[in-house]
Amino acid sequence: MAAENQSHTSQSDLPYVLILKPPPSFALFGDHVLDSPRFQYLKAYESPLPLPQFLHTHAHSVQAVLSSGRAPVTADTICLLPRLGLVVTTSQGLNHIDLSECRRRGIAVASAGNTYSADCADSVVGLLIDVLRKISAANRYVKQGLWSSQGVYPLGYKLGGKRVGIVGLGSIGTEVAKRLEAFGCSISYNSRTKKPLVPYTFYPNVVQLAANCDALIICCALTDETYHLINKEVLSALGKDGVIINIARGPIIDEKELVRCLVKGEIRGAGLDVFEHEPDVPVELFELDNVVMSPHNAVFTRESFEDLCKLVVGNFEAFFSNEPLLSPVALDHLPHFSGGKD
Amino acid sequence: MESIGVLMACPMNSYLEQQLDKRFKLYRFWTVPDKSSFLASHKDSIQAVVGNAGAGADAELIEALPKLEIVASFSVGLDKIDLAKCKEKGIRVTNTPDVLTEDVADLAIGLMLAVLRKLCESDRYVRSGKWKKGDYVLTTKFTGKKVGIIGLGRIGMAIAKRAEAFSCPISYYTRTEKPDIKYKYYPSVVELAAHCDILVVACPLTKETHHIINREVIDALGPKGVLINIGRGPHVDEPELVSALVERRLGGAGLDVFENEPYVPEELFGLDNVVLLPHVGSGTVETRQAMADLVIGNLEAHFQKKPLLTPVV
Repeated sequence: MAAENQSHTSQSDLPYVLILKPPPSFALFGDHVLDSPRFQYLKAYESPLPLPQFLHTHAHSVQAVLSSGRAPVTADTICLLPRLGLVVTTSQGLNHIDLSECRRRGIAVASAGNTYSADCADSVVGLLIDVLRKISAANRYVKQGLWSSQGVYPLGYKLGGKRVGIVGLGSIGTEVAKRLEAFGCSISYNSRTKKPLVPYTFYPNVVQLAANCDALIICCALTDETYHLINKEVLSALGKDGVIINIARGPIIDEKELVRCLVKGEIRGAGLDVFEHEPDVPVELFELDNVVMSPHNAVFTRESFEDLCKLVVGNFEAFFSNEPLLSPVALDHLPHFSGGKD
Repeated sequence: MESIGVLMACPMNSYLEQQLDKRFKLYRFWTVPDKSSFLASHKDSIQAVVGNAGAGADAELIEALPKLEIVASFSVGLDKIDLAKCKEKGIRVTNTPDVLTEDVADLAIGLMLAVLRKLCESDRYVRSGKWKKGDYVLTTKFTGKKVGIIGLGRIGMAIAKRAEAFSCPISYYTRTEKPDIKYKYYPSVVELAAHCDILVVACPLTKETHHIINREVIDALGPKGVLINIGRGPHVDEPELVSALVERRLGGAGLDVFENEPYVPEELFGLDNVVLLPHVGSGTVETRQAMADLVIGNLEAHFQKKPLLTPVV
């Protein structure tokens, strides 16, 4: 995994990987957790030069970029890197990468692949049980000493037999379905295309899916089509006994509308790992016991991070050895997100 | 049946209370200032007792009610009922199995996820505004972790089925090994604890299983192990558990039950690897309704001389 430390001077032969901003793994494990003896990093964030100048200076040496959610790869950046052949992102999401530009330039993209799918699915189930059974709220109640002073806690709602609607039946959505079936939930979904070999009920649009489920789970990518996909109409169809869980991307939900529905009791509750303007979270949600929130950490487990580090290094090493990438993303049919995260 | 006296041991469910009030002569034991004189003056009118996980019918109460014919528990656990005494006196006993199995199993998994993935603490982190200053810590993956179950009855099996969907290898301890079970059996709780990552208590509370989770078991589970208790508080030697958690000799715990409810050891309040719930295992609108209907159904069946729905004795 992490190679021994190397000094700057001795590897003029090693190819460069550009890092615009440090990925989450660096803060957690240190700067050398993604090192390899087969390539070296060029850390733009350590340079006093403004980015465009830095890129201009090093343009000819950069063949690959290490990206993460907070380090988007825009058309402007790509433009300044004529030798760029690969973008590896530490995330599963791709909305922070200009995929059309990569496609146009023939730049390969590799993501976290399936590394996070289990953790994401586990988060979904955890958040759903928490919202329905009021785990976080009841835990607060007990830890404040209120059980002995104020008595019995209000009842929650049963998960078994509930209808679960999954928006986006990709690797995460599939893992969610597999888990919730074991709890006696019935599964339905909406996806860009109906999946022929899947035993779950397909709904052609999200409004119909919402109208026919008790728990709506957002597992799709953020693209131009899915921006604010969950809007007033969908939330109204979900209704006052419905719960929504989002571990995908904040902008898929019209957050203002979601907050309004929650405050007014127009839906039963929400479990949210992502928000439109992270790390800012609407303060109205802090008053609500039927909302469970997490700081975009649905995939932040020690185990997944260790797997991810191996995958990131493996992808770069494969690229520089002209071998197939470990977790390539097929760009041909992927829709783009032009909203861009800054 | 309005003349039949039913003694309700403690408040448990307002729908149940309402229904019992309508159909029988309901006595609310917790509103009585002097319990022994009440029993003395009402001993000939009380023919049924309705109890729950908190209060039932011990030998003393049974002896004080010579006309007692049936004890209907608003729970599946029977540890608050003197079953031997009931058998001796020909008193019927019913409980509420099956209807609450799923909820309790769901909560067990919910607690596992909450403890390992620090869901409650993550929620607290966001609410405190700390996210603006930096990311929260890494947590522990649940998928694939080894789950050890004490007691493989309805609830234990339901927990196993759910955990399997997360690719968790399942092992168990019961008094005797069960035939036709594909899970790995361990002949002692200590061995089970030594070989799993998450240990869950899902057996009935009896003299034998009192303090089944003791110092030895906690040591075997270890600093990376997690204990989940959705059984009864007295299954666990609580002071031992508290010191193990405070001293970080045990990795974490998710507890729905305690030795002396509603009192929970305050040393646990500040621990971020502990999730504490106020005995809500069957606490959903849907299930409490189903449980109440079972209690009412059993009482009506008894007094109409029909077969009991869910008899134990």
